[in-house]
Amino acid sequence: MGIARRQFDAVVVGAGGSGLRAALQLAESNLKVAVLSKVFPTRSHTVAAQGGVSASLGNEEPDNWHWHMYDTVKGSDYLGDQDAIEFMCRKACDAVVELEHYGMPFDRLDNGKIYQRPFGGHTSNYGERAIKRACAAADRTGHAMLHTLYQRNVRAHTQFFVEWMALDLIRNQQGDVLGVVALEMETGEVMILQSKATLLATGGAGRIYSASTNAFINTGDGLGMAARAGIPLEDMEFWQFHPTGVAGAGVLITEGVRGEGGFLLNKNGERFMERYAPTVKDLASRDVVARAMATEIKEGRGAGKDGEYILLKLDHLGADVIDKRLPGIREIAKKFANVDPATDPIPVVPTCHYQMGGVPTNVQGQAVMPDGKGGEKIVKGLYAAGECACVSVHGANRLGTNSLLDLLVFGKSAGQQVVKDIAAEVVSMPDLPADAADKTMARLTRLDTATTGERVSDVGGEMRRTMQAHCGVFRFPDSMAEGVKKMLAVAERAKSTFIQDKSKVFNTARVEALELDNLIEVALSTMISANARQESRGAHDRSDFPNRDDKNWMKHSLWFKDGNRLEYKAVQLKPLTVESFEPKARVY
Amino acid sequence: MDQRSRDRIHWHCRRGLLELDLVLERFVARHLDTLTAGQTEVFKELLAYEDNDLLDMVMGRAEPVNESLTAVLEMMRTV
Repeated sequence: MGIARRQFDAVVVGAGGSGLRAALQLAESNLKVAVLSKVFPTRSHTVAAQGGVSASLGNEEPDNWHWHMYDTVKGSDYLGDQDAIEFMCRKACDAVVELEHYGMPFDRLDNGKIYQRPFGGHTSNYGERAIKRACAAADRTGHAMLHTLYQRNVRAHTQFFVEWMALDLIRNQQGDVLGVVALEMETGEVMILQSKATLLATGGAGRIYSASTNAFINTGDGLGMAARAGIPLEDMEFWQFHPTGVAGAGVLITEGVRGEGGFLLNKNGERFMERYAPTVKDLASRDVVARAMATEIKEGRGAGKDGEYILLKLDHLGADVIDKRLPGIREIAKKFANVDPATDPIPVVPTCHYQMGGVPTNVQGQAVMPDGKGGEKIVKGLYAAGECACVSVHGANRLGTNSLLDLLVFGKSAGQQVVKDIAAEVVSMPDLPADAADKTMARLTRLDTATTGERVSDVGGEMRRTMQAHCGVFRFPDSMAEGVKKMLAVAERAKSTFIQDKSKVFNTARVEALELDNLIEVALSTMISANARQESRGAHDRSDFPNRDDKNWMKHSLWFKDGNRLEYKAVQLKPLTVESFEPKARVY
Repeated sequence: MDQRSRDRIHWHCRRGLLELDLVLERFVARHLDTLTAGQTEVFKELLAYEDNDLLDMVMGRAEPVNESLTAVLEMMRTV
């Protein structure tokens, strides 16, 4: 085998919040760690997180982790695993304090304690009233977190492989994961990084939708790698959408615009929210507004050339009010929608924001999958944390500020488990099978030698349009069935992508073709899992099954790439130490 | 500029923030081919900024410390 090979105790794929938190645990335990990242670590998508990280510190008012747990279970629409949710909420305070000790510049109260602010869905005393639980560093919480963790990793001598893209997992016949095959972009060379432990921390894959708030790097590389290696993806039908992203761009327009008196119009100039929510109208909850918008578009009342968006009108507020109460909105609208909202409405669409599903793991971050005998087994050598993992704390719907908490808590616990497994020799440096990199090399060779075929941008565009139209925020049965057919066809086309530039050195066209392979797995898993789930729960909202069906569907979906097969596994309703929160209607 | 240099710049326009991805994608499409050597160096210098700092400058919420960046930054602001 002519491929260069290097050995590490652990390979971490991705250097956002969860990857950095996990890597820190490993490096501080004096393990030899390689962290692979497509971009410089502090340019990971974690920088986009503004709101905060939740922990029941009780600095502003009495709070406890059990209330936080209740909010998270309810927020998940009872699809979250209650053992994992208890684990996360109990560890939240330590995670935040630890980060503060690392140097994270949290905002403070006059008495020196960490300042906390309220956030949607977080309540006191099991839903009684809103509570201040979110810890923040101005509106740059994710940015500050990423920098804190990065600097701490530098101190711990973590070895970073920047501008490296992991392409595939290596598994042996027993199914153990032995490392990754990766591409160094600078040279275009492929290398095997052999490791006792491989930890996926590649974030979300929101780029499967044409309307997405996600940065371009969010292509679900870890999910694609897992899927190709025969590992299922869990709960991929659950994606959180924001009602008002700029059409064609994805940049969010704050809900404050509607709070200040802005409202939505269809192509006929009708203020349609009056029909869907006669009392609160445009101030209805996110899901109600997004569903109404999707219905207007589906029924042909969208504005724009192809009837593809809704208009957000706020010119009646006047330029002065807009400037004073909604600072920055005019600049954002001008830059990304090419309109000045002081005179013209902003074109908006429900926009994909966060992926609740991912690689199935337990609370120690170990990847798990069905054992074929009705139980579950650990995939030896593979771990995952953060948005690319499904542990599952977010269930069918994530609570704001729980994503940063998720990556801190499970980044650390996955790191700790790797340290433990290596020390106990549960995982060791295995022999590589002779064909370790064969599939990857075949994929690259096809791409490097193809002289004709599909353009990557064409196939990617078709995938994004299909997902947006057929598996968006509100899902219609006929449309989903058609979406499955279309996505299968798109996936076929993706097998024959073609790039003009055959150079090896820093060839971004090649990288983008490989990213598309990963996106396609994510899109397929989403489309197929969504079509099968005959209920509405959390972010999965179907017109033909408008209610949650706990009897038949309180279970996690597991999609396998092989044959697009689906299996299901029970939701863990039993927490670690406390009593279960019984499912109730999710009303706020 | 050769394809490799273009690709390197193209990749350094991949950011953690969508807003920057969009602005930089537009900037590269419209201006990269016609930038002078000096402007290209300034552009690379801007790309070395952290995401939120660069976005603040692009959106006009902050001004660069170094005046030599202003002209290219102005092109990014109006792209």
